[in-house]
Amino acid sequence: MARKVTIGRVRLSTRVSEDSSREIMTKIETIIQTSKLEAVKNALHEIGVEGMTVLEVRGHGRQKGHTEVYRGREYTVDLIPKIKIEMVLTDDMVEKAAQAIISSAQTGKIGDGKIFLSRVDDAIRIRNIERGENAL
Amino acid sequence: MNQIHIDRLITIAFLVLISASTLRAQAPASSATNVDSRIAALQQQVADAKGSADNAWMLTSSALVLMMTGPGLALFYGGLVRKKNVLATMMQSFALMALISVLWAVLGYSLAFGSGNSFIGDLHNIFLRGVGLQSDPAYSATIPQQTFMIYQLMFAIITPALITGAFAERMKFSAMVVFMILWSVLVYDPMAHMVWGKNGLLNAALGGRFPTLDFAGGTVVHVTSGVSALVCAIYLGRRLGYPKQAMPPHSVVLSVIGACLLWVGWFGFNAGSALGSGGLATSAFVATHFATAAAALGWIGAEWLRSGHPTTLGAISGAVAGLVAITPASGFVGPMAALVIGLIAGVVCYFMVATVKARLGYDDSLDAFGVHGAGGTLGALLTGVFASSSVNPIFKDSQGNPLPSGVLEGNVHQIVNQFVGLLIAWVLAIVGTLLILKVVDATMGLRVSAEQEVQGLDLSQHGEEGYYWEGSA
Repeated sequence: MARKVTIGRVRLSTRVSEDSSREIMTKIETIIQTSKLEAVKNALHEIGVEGMTVLEVRGHGRQKGHTEVYRGREYTVDLIPKIKIEMVLTDDMVEKAAQAIISSAQTGKIGDGKIFLSRVDDAIRIRNIERGENAL
Repeated sequence: MNQIHIDRLITIAFLVLISASTLRAQAPASSATNVDSRIAALQQQVADAKGSADNAWMLTSSALVLMMTGPGLALFYGGLVRKKNVLATMMQSFALMALISVLWAVLGYSLAFGSGNSFIGDLHNIFLRGVGLQSDPAYSATIPQQTFMIYQLMFAIITPALITGAFAERMKFSAMVVFMILWSVLVYDPMAHMVWGKNGLLNAALGGRFPTLDFAGGTVVHVTSGVSALVCAIYLGRRLGYPKQAMPPHSVVLSVIGACLLWVGWFGFNAGSALGSGGLATSAFVATHFATAAAALGWIGAEWLRSGHPTTLGAISGAVAGLVAITPASGFVGPMAALVIGLIAGVVCYFMVATVKARLGYDDSLDAFGVHGAGGTLGALLTGVFASSSVNPIFKDSQGNPLPSGVLEGNVHQIVNQFVGLLIAWVLAIVGTLLILKVVDATMGLRVSAEQEVQGLDLSQHGEEGYYWEGSA
């Protein structure tokens, strides 16, 4: 059964059945050490994750910042460079992905980062307007 | 094919030359006048050859000194400001390359190097009238006066460009243009005339009243610009948020490249100040290099002991401090004195910017005073101490025998002359700069608005960005 959805000012006509709204998708946002990007990316590829978005970010958790000195003036840098990876996965992939991130990014020291999981209601592939899991 | 052709041509030319010279050698020397005229011709050829050698080095030096402003200083300063001001900062240096050049052709050269009086030149050479390819023996007998003129122009460009470090990130571009025109005419030109011009009060080479030893511009360039920079920094006030808000350099990488270009360009600045390609140029080149190396070590040594890290910014800042300090001394001291001068300058300038500036609270954004004002003053004094008559017999008695130059050689009075030169440079810079700032402030205003300052000068003054974000296209 077709339905009309409004996203911003664009009206989209979709061909997806009602069932797709019951699909469970999860967004994983993980913040890791910059040096761990390659390892985490490889681990995720190995378990079959096909897409991700990587961002260079700055932030802090419990990890303290560091000081930098320019011509004798000290600056405290408390926003530390980190890598953030975002991906939306089908439910059966989520635990495997979390395990892959942990095993590849963990050093056991403060500053290893976090993984956040949240529900995603729907997904749309812009090219052909596929919806739900098909769009992942 | 071509190669063979050229070889054949060269062979033919060679044969023609040999036969011609043989013929000439066989011609009988008919009279003594013939020999005299041939000796005269030979002397002329030797003089021409020396003139060509000197001119080649002086044109090279001119280009090297221009390279110090752009890209050298533009990169050095550009890296030290925040991202939003990188273009505006580089633009200040670049605009001065164009602005001062035009001003120099119209008026500046005549005011600085025309005969005039003890304090300033005259208007005889405005629009470069009479400045041709003949040499002016008072300045340099072996190079065309136009070479001398263009070489001196490069100094006139970098001097105001150095000041821009003090008011970085907050001065209106329009105000800077007007300020710099006035400053060049009212402060730089008189100071250059007093130290280097004919009849100049402080000119050591041309018998001035108080002969100040300043080989390549310690007082003319660095003290005037550094002290004027301090006046600007205090008059304009601090940048918004200074000193609470962190304002670290946005790219020390750019600054490193700029500093390296400054180091190389400075060989033109100092060794070129010999105004010839002989031994004195070599001596100044060598002294410049060793002082710079020692100063870089002095600065990073001091900061390593004091704050735990030898920083890249410290190394390049120290090198520039050393270049500044050796500038007046470069043609008067040997390599060992250069090492000492450099080392002292590196340590002293570090403390000037790292502790004295913070304690006094003024916002000399890029340390134009801490490096150029302090380093230039220190260098001028140390020149009076270390100047050696064996390196450069600048003072001579009536028979032409060299007299002692510096304090270490027994010419204790020289330190007084150095003080007089410094005093005049400081007073002229303070009074002149203050006056100009007041006039420009009253007529057009000096500072950008608070909103413009927060937005950054790249956008507010020039309508462009140094680092364009593709996403906004």
